[in-house]
Amino acid sequence: MNLLNQVLQGLLLGGYYAVLACGLSFMFGVMRIINLAHGSLAVVAAYLLWWLAEPLGWHPLLALLAVLPAMALLGWALHYLVLERSARLGALVPLLATFGLASVIDNALFQHFGADTRSLANAIGTLAYDSWELPGGLYVGQLPTLVLVLAVLLLGGLHALLAHTPLGRQIRAASEDADTARLVGVRTGTVFAAASAITMVTVTLAGASLALRATFDPFSGPQQLIFAFEAVIIGGAGSLWGTLLGGVVLGVAQNLGAQVHPQGFLIAGHATFLVILLARLYAGGALRRFFSNPLRRATP
Amino acid sequence: MTVPTLSAVNPAAPTGQPAWAIERWTRASVAFAIAAMLLLAALALAPLALQAGVVDRLTTLFIYVILAVMWNALAGYAGLVSIGHQAFFGLGAYAMVRLADAGLGPYPALLVGAALVALAAVPLAVFMLRLQGGEFAIGMWVLAALAHLCVNLDSLVQGETGTSMIALQQYAADDRRAATYWLALAAMAGLCWAVFVLLRSKVGTAAQAIRDNETAAISIGVRVVAVKRLVFVLSAFGCAVAGGLWLATSISFQPKTYFSVQWTAYMIFMVLVGGIGTMEGPILGALLFFAVETLWGGQGVLYLIGLGAIALLFALFLPKGLWGAVQQRWDVHLLSAGYRVRWQAPHGVHADRVVVGVGDERGAHTGR
Repeated sequence: MNLLNQVLQGLLLGGYYAVLACGLSFMFGVMRIINLAHGSLAVVAAYLLWWLAEPLGWHPLLALLAVLPAMALLGWALHYLVLERSARLGALVPLLATFGLASVIDNALFQHFGADTRSLANAIGTLAYDSWELPGGLYVGQLPTLVLVLAVLLLGGLHALLAHTPLGRQIRAASEDADTARLVGVRTGTVFAAASAITMVTVTLAGASLALRATFDPFSGPQQLIFAFEAVIIGGAGSLWGTLLGGVVLGVAQNLGAQVHPQGFLIAGHATFLVILLARLYAGGALRRFFSNPLRRATP
Repeated sequence: MTVPTLSAVNPAAPTGQPAWAIERWTRASVAFAIAAMLLLAALALAPLALQAGVVDRLTTLFIYVILAVMWNALAGYAGLVSIGHQAFFGLGAYAMVRLADAGLGPYPALLVGAALVALAAVPLAVFMLRLQGGEFAIGMWVLAALAHLCVNLDSLVQGETGTSMIALQQYAADDRRAATYWLALAAMAGLCWAVFVLLRSKVGTAAQAIRDNETAAISIGVRVVAVKRLVFVLSAFGCAVAGGLWLATSISFQPKTYFSVQWTAYMIFMVLVGGIGTMEGPILGALLFFAVETLWGGQGVLYLIGLGAIALLFALFLPKGLWGAVQQRWDVHLLSAGYRVRWQAPHGVHADRVVVGVGDERGAHTGR
């Protein structure tokens, strides 16, 4: 039963990873950019929420409503200031630029907020630890379940946006072939900026989940980036529903690893990532088809 | 520039016709090579004359040069940005600790350890090089994190507490300082020379072809994977040597310090500021980083914010770095890995020589 419990908790943790990873996956799918500041930006959102909720005493939901547009605006600016310019200069420049940006963000957070570990758990009362009892003596936390639901809604929303809205069509067109898209009247710059803003909305929700579920400090960003990246790769790069699967696999592996050894949580996560990567690269066709079948390719 | 006619391509053209000459060494690069030799000779004598503190700082500088040159070999010439080179740095130090514990002398342990890391990098290269772009970058980072966690499991290291290279205490402080200095100097010179020779060989031409356009390189028969593997393993070896040297200067081994992503941040800073994809750039970058660290390293967090911001600005506005800008402006090549075609004007024609760089640092350095 303990094993089952760990799997269940891992599944719920996977929900958080999916929220965290969907922005990374979305941006990679649309712009072919891996944003190395992804985790750090989630931590920025977490700090903004914490700052509004704790010292200023806002209700966390109100704080979230304020931070979401602010981060979306930041995403818009990020596109014009960093991403677009660096992507024009070559495929490797966005990596170098966003790595520099992450370093600036992490250290600036440290400079401003200090090294203290923060959490928003206090601001939401009993929701932080309330849980539902399932038959068989299993408990599922209400907050982790909410985050998992959020993940499903977010991924579904992104999928619906890409598949069924005019903006989604423009994003797909711009991502497929920017020059041709421009030729038929798509303003690719604006479209990509909008995609960056959408990414930052998911990043904010990830930051909120992080702040509510766990603790964070100024240097949490890189670790979150690695988790997000592992979830994306395990699930299949560029696929939205695969990201959920990837997050769940990662979460379950980490929870099982923690049962084996105190350090097993991270080791099991990294090892699972590398093994799946290896399997993907070498097992080729059969495995790829298996992974790609119904779950993959939400992003066109 | 005059567009040369077909006859001008023929070097054996009759007198009075313009002709091309292909050159590799320029007057500037010969002068630079001689100056570099003299400088190395002078540096080799330095521990006999300089104060202990200066010798230690110079050792640090040599380690920075090694790191920058190694990271640039991979990023600037093979087009692979790694965020996980701290893995090799840390593993180099760890292997040294382990081998010294097994009874090997500290300095042999350093070299054997680095060789073992290079050996371990061979299968890793097979695996990791199947990844591309951002996937390779973060994949390496995951690898470094995993290496860090696994080293922590070793009871000899005692987790994050770390351990010390007690074996180094068998030497007097001055002897140890001088020995580490000489080893660092020799390693720096040797590794720079190795990269230089490698880049001027067929492998180097192939690597640059890959960097500039991988698909095109494959189509003309460049063995892309073999070349990338060679550069990857060399780069791992160099960083492992650097890690061992760092351990030899600081004696204490704490996994958190050695496996910190900060090392890669430094490498990126040095290479971006100096000039990615050139031989001279990373050396210049290491010198600048060393100066910046000496002047402002004590500022703590503000200094780190500054480093990140400068790297970001260089990536966005001067992606070829300072040396790339110098090359574009004045056409100076001190350690040229490519060939140049020089147009010799015919006698009587009033034209200064026209120099055209070919296949050298004029390509798109930043990747693809």
